[in-house]
Amino acid sequence: MRATVAPLELLEPRTLDDALAMMRDHSGEGALTPIAGATDLYVSLNSGTLKPRRFVNLWKLDALRRIEQHGDVLALGALSSYTQLIRSDIVRAHMPMLVAAAREVGGVQIQNRGTIGGNIANGSPAGDTLPVFAAAGATIVLRSAGGERRVPFAGFYTGYRATVVRPDELITWVEVPRIDGAQWFRKVGTRAAQAISKIVIAGVRAPVPRIAIGSVAATVVRLPRTEAALAAGASVADAQRVLGDEIHPIDDARSTAAYRLQVAKNLLARFWSETGA
Amino acid sequence: MRFTLNGAGADVAAHPMARLLDVLREDCGLTGTKEGCGEGECGACTVLVDGAPVCACLVPFAQVRGADVQTIEGLGGDHALQRAFATHGGAQCGICTPGMIMAALALGDSPSLDEIRHGLAGNLCRCTGYEAIFRSVEQA
Repeated sequence: MRATVAPLELLEPRTLDDALAMMRDHSGEGALTPIAGATDLYVSLNSGTLKPRRFVNLWKLDALRRIEQHGDVLALGALSSYTQLIRSDIVRAHMPMLVAAAREVGGVQIQNRGTIGGNIANGSPAGDTLPVFAAAGATIVLRSAGGERRVPFAGFYTGYRATVVRPDELITWVEVPRIDGAQWFRKVGTRAAQAISKIVIAGVRAPVPRIAIGSVAATVVRLPRTEAALAAGASVADAQRVLGDEIHPIDDARSTAAYRLQVAKNLLARFWSETGA
Repeated sequence: MRFTLNGAGADVAAHPMARLLDVLREDCGLTGTKEGCGEGECGACTVLVDGAPVCACLVPFAQVRGADVQTIEGLGGDHALQRAFATHGGAQCGICTPGMIMAALALGDSPSLDEIRHGLAGNLCRCTGYEAIFRSVEQA
């Protein structure tokens, strides 16, 4: 299980500005891979599939560990761990669906180290918090030595584990607008703790509901046609038919396309009945 | 690199990307922390970093600089949890036991059964069926 670490290089910035300067100076050949809680990265290291050789350790950048409210916007530092989210009064009050997702990531050991910035950057289509941020209409704040830009979550992923993040940028904050309407989250895996999801779904019961689902495509996806059908007053059965046309899950090691499609339909009905007045 | 290990100052020269697990076992000679899956699923390598349970197989050594690391050796062998695991059949083959005890240690005094089940959900045992482990933690 052990891989040699001798050829690996780790840069250790003391501040965010240091980190951004390092990202800028090494953004060409041999660009730096940021490390937050390492819970995904070290799985690759242990299995011998880790490709990058040069890393930057973000763990000590406490400025990115803050959770703040700015007016109607909830600002989550990228280094916020799942345990922090679970314990945060602000997050519990404004994003119960994020707390629900955080509680289902791994076990306590993973919740203590894993971060939302890591979950987002890693970009697994099965990432537990990703449907939550998609349904919340979150904005990802990217920072480089040259400045800052804000990317709507809907435009963040360009393909399987591919994002718009440039080699000199770091994810610094996730901004979540005020969410009106009941929030809902479900993860279906082989067991409650530890399992990687077969289906993961988050929903907001707004006048036009917002539903996002993971593990059914190369990236987490919103369901605009299903959402529109529900907003227009379609029955749950009709909305399930729309959903069936809208997603095209695949067979893989964790589940089958047929199972995923059926469970997605069931969860849509559950979302609708559990968030109804 | 300096950190606190089981209450005493430690200064270990190891690669900053080395797994905390390997530093503990090989550089510090503390082999009570076990390697199971190497991917954060089984919890056999659980240690406490600043009081919080983590999988030592997933922690880069650099990330414990200045931190307080506690391993099973820090309990000394006669801790209430260790006695309870021995008395109530919480340990069988033993490979998961150090990780179970460290995860249980983080639950503090008198955790409820729900808190125990949740707190140990990241620790796998293939011998006991868990009930004896839960009982051990309750009785400790």
